[in-house]
Amino acid sequence: MAIFIDENTRVMVQGITGNQGTFHTKQMLAYGTNIVAGVSPGKGGSMVEKIPVYDTVESAFLEYEPDAAILFVPAPFARDGVLETLSVGIKVIVVVTEGIPVHDAIEIIALARINGAVVVGPNTFGLISSGKCKLGIMPHQYYVRGPVGIVARSGTLSYEIVANLKEAGFGTSTAVGLGGDRVAGLSFIDVIREFEADSETELIVMIGEIGGTSEEEAAHYIKNNVKKPVIAYLAGKSAPPGKRMGHAGAIIERGQGTFQTKVQTLESAGVRVAELPFEVPYLVKEFLG
Amino acid sequence: MKLYEYMGKDLFAGVGIAVPWGKVVGDPLEAAGVFKEIGPAVIKAQVLTGKRGKAGGIAFVNNPREAQNEAARLLGMTIDGFKVDRLLVERKLHIESEFYLAITIDGTLRCPVVLASIRGGMDIEEVPPEFIVKYLVNPILGLRPFMAREICRRLELKDGLASEFSAVLFKLYRLFRERDAELVEINPLVLSEGRFIAADAKVTIDDDALFRQKDLVRVEERTVLEKKAYELGLAFVELDGDIAVMANGAGMAMATLDMIYYYGGRPANFLDAGGGAGMEQTAQALELLLATEPRVMMINIFGGITRCDDVANAFAKVKREKNIEVPVVFRLVGTNEEAGRKILNDIGVSTYRTMREAAQKAVELAR
Repeated sequence: MAIFIDENTRVMVQGITGNQGTFHTKQMLAYGTNIVAGVSPGKGGSMVEKIPVYDTVESAFLEYEPDAAILFVPAPFARDGVLETLSVGIKVIVVVTEGIPVHDAIEIIALARINGAVVVGPNTFGLISSGKCKLGIMPHQYYVRGPVGIVARSGTLSYEIVANLKEAGFGTSTAVGLGGDRVAGLSFIDVIREFEADSETELIVMIGEIGGTSEEEAAHYIKNNVKKPVIAYLAGKSAPPGKRMGHAGAIIERGQGTFQTKVQTLESAGVRVAELPFEVPYLVKEFLG
Repeated sequence: MKLYEYMGKDLFAGVGIAVPWGKVVGDPLEAAGVFKEIGPAVIKAQVLTGKRGKAGGIAFVNNPREAQNEAARLLGMTIDGFKVDRLLVERKLHIESEFYLAITIDGTLRCPVVLASIRGGMDIEEVPPEFIVKYLVNPILGLRPFMAREICRRLELKDGLASEFSAVLFKLYRLFRERDAELVEINPLVLSEGRFIAADAKVTIDDDALFRQKDLVRVEERTVLEKKAYELGLAFVELDGDIAVMANGAGMAMATLDMIYYYGGRPANFLDAGGGAGMEQTAQALELLLATEPRVMMINIFGGITRCDDVANAFAKVKREKNIEVPVVFRLVGTNEEAGRKILNDIGVSTYRTMREAAQKAVELAR
């Protein structure tokens, strides 16, 4: 088992003919992802890495019935691209695009929920079920099968921690990037709930940061619903209030989203919080020896 | 992008929300001139901070002389780091009562939220929660009459007052959506002779939506360096330490700062060169950092999409052209790590494999 995607997932790449789309299609194929079709308006009939390209999602869907999509579509067109994908009934949609207007993100996430679909992102590195399917942009050499489920708000920091874990001998079941924007399709809770039910995952690592309250809400959920051990690392301890630290969502506003509140709430829910990123494998070792 | 009060009020007026009669002025004589047109007035410093009232940035004046003197005083002020160079002179309102009304985005619940209170005129953080109505708006439905009725019921507004309030609410919601706002706030929303008037305006527009808000005047609150970084597509925040930091990825950059603090150092900035930074972007980021004249520079790259050899080549290029004198601590791992390390070693720069070693070294060098 894995969460959201596995070796049977049939993937469609939207924006496949752009630089990013083509590069990451190649990378995903190299990891073994089953990409069946690409979409790029005006480029229908061409091929990228031997993957057939269609003008519209509907035409690609009629031919291949993909069950997951990943978007490398420029921000001004991302809303339309996601709605197009929702309209054919695809249930897992990864939005890599950064800089999508927040009102657009709210709309697509709300519509996805009504349609029973999951939006991963926006502004995410995607998700990867080790050894099975990569639907994202992470450097995949660090993702080997193992018992640790990863859920993170940031990309490179999670790669760092996954690489440290691999070096210490711990692989990952699935890693999910929530995305760095102010609103995200998935919350820590959504992913932790899946990990709790996933037979492959024995321990959960959450990688959070300042801003918003999703870590705090996760803490309340964990306290009442999660039996598997949870370890957290949070970035932004030293961030000044009122400043956006790279991610649109990484900002302390009106006293909300501080590092201290997050750590306190998580610790009182029984989550072990690592002070520095390289301490995560030591904490994992305590539980998984 | 935060808007000045007078800009927010222009937007309010554009959707039909009443605002006090007023004019923007840049010198004391002009302020006196406006007084002669409108009589008793309030003069308000135009700054992008909510701390204006407490800092003495608002003055009530009763004659032209007073208007001139107070305007002169306000124009010399610096409030919360913002220098005052513009004032809004407005006709003084007859206030019956003060309300609060705002619409913003609840990031966790992923929807617009209306905040309303019959206790306006003070900091909303100081209003007891039981006096604040918080109503979540289903983003697919948008604001509907039944929602407005429920908000008015919770505020205990009746009849005429309820319909007046709802009218303002609908106009404000329209503005919120059409202008891609993250926040629209009226505090206080003044009840004056039976009608509502927006005595203040706080509007923040989503930076990511500016591409489709072309007619809005751009407001700059970034420092010179932050502005330059923004134009280069880099996320950059100036801090007050002496170790310049560059990392790829926002989370990684934050974690790097945290680690520098942990070992007793002080970072000079936050700089995310991007999770997929290429050579050109890296070179520009480096040049920006050098311009801050730090004591030490720490570069923390976890190559994923970013290739270590690209970063190393960018650094070598800048070093050739700029003659970098400050000590540089380089942490380089991941994609094409070996190639990157070799390029750096060839120009006499050593690299570290872990963030910890690099951060400790940077702090040591800064001492």
